[in-house]
Amino acid sequence: MEELQAFFDAYQTTIGFIGINAILALSVWLTLYTGQLTLGNAAFMGIAAYGSALLTLKAGFPFPLALLCGALLAAAISLPLGATVFRLRGVYLAIATLAFGEVVRVAILAIPITGRGQGLVGIPPKTELWHIFASLLVITYVCARLRISSVGRAWSAIREDEVAAASQGIPVRRYKLAAFVLGALIAGWAGGIAAHFNFAIQPDEYGFARAVQILVFAIVGGIPNVIGPIMGAVVLTALPAVLQPLQEYRDILQGAILVIVIVYAPRGLATLLDVRRAARLRHVGAQDVA
Amino acid sequence: MSPELLQIGALTKRFGGVVAVNAVDLSVGEGQVFGLIGPNGAGKTTLINLISGHFRADGGTIRFGGTDVTRLRPHELAKRGIARTFQSIRLFKGLTVLENVLLGRYVRSRSDVLASLVPFRAVGSIERDASRAILDRFGLGARADALAAELSYGDQRRLEIARALASEPRLLILDEPAAGMNATESVALSGMLRELAVGGLTIILIEHDVRLVMGACERVAVLNFGRKIAEGGPAEIQADPVVREAYLGSGDDA
Repeated sequence: MEELQAFFDAYQTTIGFIGINAILALSVWLTLYTGQLTLGNAAFMGIAAYGSALLTLKAGFPFPLALLCGALLAAAISLPLGATVFRLRGVYLAIATLAFGEVVRVAILAIPITGRGQGLVGIPPKTELWHIFASLLVITYVCARLRISSVGRAWSAIREDEVAAASQGIPVRRYKLAAFVLGALIAGWAGGIAAHFNFAIQPDEYGFARAVQILVFAIVGGIPNVIGPIMGAVVLTALPAVLQPLQEYRDILQGAILVIVIVYAPRGLATLLDVRRAARLRHVGAQDVA
Repeated sequence: MSPELLQIGALTKRFGGVVAVNAVDLSVGEGQVFGLIGPNGAGKTTLINLISGHFRADGGTIRFGGTDVTRLRPHELAKRGIARTFQSIRLFKGLTVLENVLLGRYVRSRSDVLASLVPFRAVGSIERDASRAILDRFGLGARADALAAELSYGDQRRLEIARALASEPRLLILDEPAAGMNATESVALSGMLRELAVGGLTIILIEHDVRLVMGACERVAVLNFGRKIAEGGPAEIQADPVVREAYLGSGDDA
């Protein structure tokens, strides 16, 4: 028992970030499952991180309320953004959302109350590990159930063929937007939790690198189901800690593992759980992300 | 005379300098099987894309069930009862046969989002039963769990029609449903069309297979270079010299 406690103490940060990253991976999974490549979730995370941290730090909001307000702020901003950028598809959509992330980063640097380049320090560390994993549980459940509902089916249809989806009466734009806004809400929740898990936040944490990292979690894990993104986040977050003893060889091995996964499970780790279905889908050339 | 379900007036669509559909008038009566024929590039598919809302008209009007639907988008038209198939089959390839039909029922089914969030509750079982019944009717019941792309070509065509009918439409538009079918499949299709017509469904059929069109349709319109050059009963059309020229070319060319 004591050993377990010691393990938790030593790896608390890593364990916490496994959960936070899993939530982030699920946030981008929603749009990926709809066949849309968006890279705005790091920015939504940042918006909510700053929003909620400022509320607890400067306005004395209770922690849960600050989290909620941060996430809702991110979702509120995602709505007009989504309505604008979903005229675009594929790589153009990705670039547009990435550009939005850059705007957010620069905006944070420009506004004095955010502490600009220094970031915010002294954020009350309200986040407990159980907050993270309870959130992950609820979000996983909601995503998994949505996936098998009529909404999930409509998202699949849009991913497979937008023209045919519209012909079935599916309001394609609205469904894309719903996935995007829900993703922003979830990313925002993760951002608030992450900000209160750390002592400090900085604008650079929510830039290009983070946007790509979130995408990589979901892609390496696989998007056919909700387990994929979680697997991706767990493996890729735990790997650096697990490989710690290798010291300078760590990054080499980590890169090699990533390459092997992408080559042998190109549709993600989750496809290893159902190899036959994955093979059938590959055989018919089904859509991943448009 | 049956009341008009679809009325098209002076409908026009341009692509750059090309007038793909040029001031076409058409009206299709309730319960009619209406054939649309013409040489390649005559504007048949463009006309269909205008009716189903996939293209925006540059001029003219489309009235469906008595209301102006000219500027409505595809999903709104689907909701009002226009279902279609595509010349190049557009199934949801990576989804199962059953899921394809379930999606066809989208406009007929209530959203189950909130219900789906209740733990352990089965989702959409009523719709599943309805969709299985449709598959059985089309002889695809045994393939319900296959991926759509795993079906044979003829079965894919049939599934696309099944998906369109799953929405219980008022108007079914079939864009070259017999393309690529062998003779047996084509005969089966013709039988199915008659069955649907007997059931009172209004159908617009675009087809190259003249025998299929003449056998199935009560009325036929002929397009050439975006213009309607003839309209009438099948026998009338077959005898029409203008139509013969459009299809075979005038004797002078030879």
